Amino acid sequence: MFALEFPPINEILRWSDLFPSFNKIAIITVAAALIGSLIFLLAGNADGSKAPKGVRNFAEAIVEFIEGQIIMPTMGRDGLGWTPFLLSIFSFIYLCNVPGIIPVLQMPATARMAIPLFLSLLVWVVFIGVGFKHQGLGYLKNSLFPPGVPGPLYILVTPIEFISTFLVRPFSLTVRLFANMLAGHILLVTFALLTKELVQGGNIALVPVGILPFFMLVFLTAFEVLVAFLQAYIFTILAAVYIGGAAHPEH
Amino acid sequence: MEAFTILAQEADKAAAAASSAGFAYGLAAIGPGIGIGYLVGKSVEAMARQPEAAGMVRTTMFLGIAFTEALALIGFVVFILIGL
Repeated sequence: MFALEFPPINEILRWSDLFPSFNKIAIITVAAALIGSLIFLLAGNADGSKAPKGVRNFAEAIVEFIEGQIIMPTMGRDGLGWTPFLLSIFSFIYLCNVPGIIPVLQMPATARMAIPLFLSLLVWVVFIGVGFKHQGLGYLKNSLFPPGVPGPLYILVTPIEFISTFLVRPFSLTVRLFANMLAGHILLVTFALLTKELVQGGNIALVPVGILPFFMLVFLTAFEVLVAFLQAYIFTILAAVYIGGAAHPEH
Repeated sequence: MEAFTILAQEADKAAAAASSAGFAYGLAAIGPGIGIGYLVGKSVEAMARQPEAAGMVRTTMFLGIAFTEALALIGFVVFILIGL
């Protein structure tokens, strides 16, 4: 009775190219980058001597959020120089996530592996670079041979530290963002399909039942608003933790 | 006849893949489910006891959730890889 024709994963995630190799995902990504830059350029050019209003007020609220909620608890005062980097990562990921619930677009650009992978490789390069800049070669010593471990245990500890610091970190950053957004997208697709199948399936008795998955769809859309923000926040705060950890060795 | 056997085997394989994908995701969800429940419960307890530290507790809680949740998400990726 409920034989759903669930489309194959490629159909959920792919659109026909508008131009060769430029599809909807690419449009969302470019739009996210442009909108983010535009907001902060407008805010930067606004008159800063009076009380902020409009777009500048909005931008200042975001900057204060990054400084107060992300940098201060993880990196302390020394990390405030990282505000521009973390702010651009945060606003770009958020603007890539949010199209997942905007009608017509209906696709989070981060639900494809490429963008999370690129961003986490960027964070990976940055935190390793910061480690070498602040600690020199001591960074490798501090991260691979943590002090306070009895000698023979280094045979065990060093490979684990190497894998968890240099391999698992970029991988888990990528998978966390990508899988969260993909799971949300697939959930929305499932409930939309279920509603359509029940309402338009031809069986008049099932039409009232179709309201249940519809309410679930509305609820999940509201939930995705939260997830889009939360994933951008988590990605940014983990980037801040990794950079802060590389800048100051643990004692 | 032979083609029919091969077809039946392919169908069996697809069914096995689908059910094992379901098991994989179900098993991967147990641990993180318990973990996140415990973590958030303890954080709420901490915030209720010491409301002035709520901001710090919340940040740390999100960090912990991010690490715990990664396991469930890897299970989800495995589910996609073998199931669909």
